[in-house]
Amino acid sequence: MDIKWDIIGTEGFRFMGKMNASISHEVKNVLAIINENAGLLEDFTLMAEKGMAIDPERLNALAGKIQHQVQRADRIIKNMNTFAHSVDETKKKVDLSEILVFMAALSERLATMKGIALEVTPPSTPIAITTDPFLVENIIWRCLEFSMAVTGTGKTVVLTADKKDQGASIIFSQLKGLSDASSRPPFPEDVENELVKSLGAQIVVNEGAGEIVLGLPEGPN
Amino acid sequence: MPGRKVLLVDDERDFVEPLGERMRSRGLDVETAVSAKEAIQMTQRETYDVIVLDLNMPQIDGLETLRMLKEKNPNVHFILLTGYPTAEKGIRAMLSGAEEVLERPSNVETLIRKIEKLVSKKMVRV
Repeated sequence: MDIKWDIIGTEGFRFMGKMNASISHEVKNVLAIINENAGLLEDFTLMAEKGMAIDPERLNALAGKIQHQVQRADRIIKNMNTFAHSVDETKKKVDLSEILVFMAALSERLATMKGIALEVTPPSTPIAITTDPFLVENIIWRCLEFSMAVTGTGKTVVLTADKKDQGASIIFSQLKGLSDASSRPPFPEDVENELVKSLGAQIVVNEGAGEIVLGLPEGPN
Repeated sequence: MPGRKVLLVDDERDFVEPLGERMRSRGLDVETAVSAKEAIQMTQRETYDVIVLDLNMPQIDGLETLRMLKEKNPNVHFILLTGYPTAEKGIRAMLSGAEEVLERPSNVETLIRKIEKLVSKKMVRV
């Protein structure tokens, strides 16, 4: 099979850059919130030094907000680390449900910026496949990006994963604008087709049902 | 600079509220909005001297919000906040009507100095 690795390589860099830019923006947001809440705590300290009464409950609430943001930053950085390590191995046994939940978390800010909510309903049992984790994440992102483009602001994209015979599938559903082929961008295009070929996967666009199904092989054990 | 009316717009409530409180304690009259839509509604009811706006906001981004607000409030000064100020962002912001672009996190005193500078400029111009 003739796979155009140059297209996959270029797309891989773009994908990595897009996600890292989004992560860094979110970290900056967290730092800005910590900065203002810590600044307010400092203001209260100066007021207390001048003899003004400060409600301990307010100090407690500010400390709680700072702790909450530290936990948020911790989650963001953990996701960044997981994402960075997804290029470590080109063949690895992974839980597809876990990757789906991870990708939804990684894409959450980008979805929010478009005014779109992501709803993930992973199966209760793991779906083990052997694959290239980074390329799977990349094709999930491409499907998700397209799904968001056809869904539109104020809507929800639902993501589910299913175990199939000799493989698994990820379903992107509630895509309201999918049936309007004249106004939506074409899909899949070269990038998706090359990623799909490299993974031995397939994409089925079901306009009537308003869903995209990404089928992935189980891979070698 | 007592009584300067400032609108702070950012989708992170935990950012605008403490910043607003800090600015109020320094003598400014500050109101906050957590979306472009809310900011537009507030400018229909109130007149502000300066609007401080986050560049990256959900649905309607900062530049688009700036253009909409500037159209209806041509005499208001605008300061844009961004995590990563670049020359390109600065030019786009200025072309859209902003007069200052400030990196965040920032120092509250720096922000107040910029507000003061813009309002003083306006007074000279009048």
